[in-house]
Amino acid sequence: MSVRASVLAQFERVAQEQKKTLAPLTDDLVLLESGLDSLCLAIIVAELEDALGVDPFSAAAGAEFPVTLGDFIEFYEHAAP
Amino acid sequence: MWDAVRAAGALAERALWGAEASVRLGELERGSSLGGRLEELRGRSVLVATGDQLTAALALIELDGVARRLVLCPPDLPRKVVPFVMATAAVDAVVSDRDALEAGAASVGTFVTCSARLAPASSEPAGSHHTEWILLTSGTTGVPKLVVHTLASLAGPIDGDRLLTVPAVWSTFYDIRRYGGLQILLRALLGGGSLVLSSAAESTADFLIRAGARGVTHLSGTPSHWRRALMSPSAHRIAPHYVRLSGEIADQAILDHVRACYPGARIAHAFASTEAGVGFVVDDGLAGFPASLLTQRGAEVELKVEEGSLRIRSARTAIRYLGSSGEPLADRDGFVDTGDIVELRGARYHFVGRRGGIINVGGLKVHPEEVEAVINGHPQVQMSVVRTRKNAITGALVVADVVLRTAPDSAESGRVAELEREILQRCRDALPRHKVPAAIRFVRFLGVAGTGKVVRQHA
Repeated sequence: MSVRASVLAQFERVAQEQKKTLAPLTDDLVLLESGLDSLCLAIIVAELEDALGVDPFSAAAGAEFPVTLGDFIEFYEHAAP
Repeated sequence: MWDAVRAAGALAERALWGAEASVRLGELERGSSLGGRLEELRGRSVLVATGDQLTAALALIELDGVARRLVLCPPDLPRKVVPFVMATAAVDAVVSDRDALEAGAASVGTFVTCSARLAPASSEPAGSHHTEWILLTSGTTGVPKLVVHTLASLAGPIDGDRLLTVPAVWSTFYDIRRYGGLQILLRALLGGGSLVLSSAAESTADFLIRAGARGVTHLSGTPSHWRRALMSPSAHRIAPHYVRLSGEIADQAILDHVRACYPGARIAHAFASTEAGVGFVVDDGLAGFPASLLTQRGAEVELKVEEGSLRIRSARTAIRYLGSSGEPLADRDGFVDTGDIVELRGARYHFVGRRGGIINVGGLKVHPEEVEAVINGHPQVQMSVVRTRKNAITGALVVADVVLRTAPDSAESGRVAELEREILQRCRDALPRHKVPAAIRFVRFLGVAGTGKVVRQHA
């Protein structure tokens, strides 16, 4: 599965599990307006670490934190081993 | 407190800005948030149970020195524990911006409404009491602990934290009814500054825009608050001179990210807890704290490490716990055990977790035993251990290792998935969201120590 597909799958799975209404997943969607709260994002980051073997949030600063879903996917694409 | 607020000067220019209403400090010279009923609260044990942070702040300013005791209700205090809190603190009056029933205080004799729409106050109230300030902190069994402070223990000066050269506009992601937020309220009020209050009803983006519009100079929050802020499109709407992280472990990644976003700011991370007070403030941009802090002579705060955990003695530790349990807050020498386990690496101590495995999810404490009790209630579960998994968004997540009574063989993967769903559903029905395990791992056995207790790791 591509990084993009893994990310999108986790957003949908966690939204369903946490009973959150997810905004349409477009690249310009602002993460904090996606309908998911910090706890949901935390679970997504943990699941992606298991699936992709990376956690770009824990790496030392180089890039800025992602603001949109597009940034988030890129954040992982650049970090993927 | 009012005398000290006034002594800090420039009342007409200073303000408390809430999300919905604001009050200039100068207005408090002739105005009362308590509808002119302050004298009814003299000498009483007063529960301050407001929905709004601004009304709470106004009530606290007026009531310090007048009430015998002030009990600060945090915003998410479950209604069912209010009677316990009121009985433990011998509450005989309630101040709220809601009605008595909503405040969970229907049975109390004196109920005073507070409001950001000030009523004329006839005369300056005279202070008559050394008011006790009671802060609530989470306990192991789901009922809060009541921690006694005074204005002096809450607001005493700390070395390395004297920084105000400009009129500061403080703000905090914290609620001011919690220790971390109350620190910022008191710094603003007593240090000659103003304060932008956060609101639970407001998004991070809107809060940052509002704080930016007020020209916020000093902003504090947990690492989790800051991670959220850095992910907001409004992160650059503020240009703080001073950024403070506390309440959770500040790792190197978050310190670096904050530095990258606000290159001009002084970035400090502080250790503080409701019981131990402020332990230290470090601003060298590195995670952990210098071991030299333990050997400083004549310091206002003394630190030591014993049995792996950080202990603090200063004039800023809490006085005692309220209630009948009789649990001492400090040891015989006056040191408070923070329960935070530290490890010496080179010349610095680093935080590695909490004694007893307490998990900090985005600033909210989780006691593993509470979650294990729910999981162990499932008829197929023999035992479980709940532990922490490090997380870059909330600092930590809750995960569980579960031993089943009869291990399903590998051919029964469908049954395993079903059991996982059942256990998680149980947790969701019984616990707040942050306490529900993010993952369950089925294991064949768990380590059991000589004491007969499940082995818990610190981190």
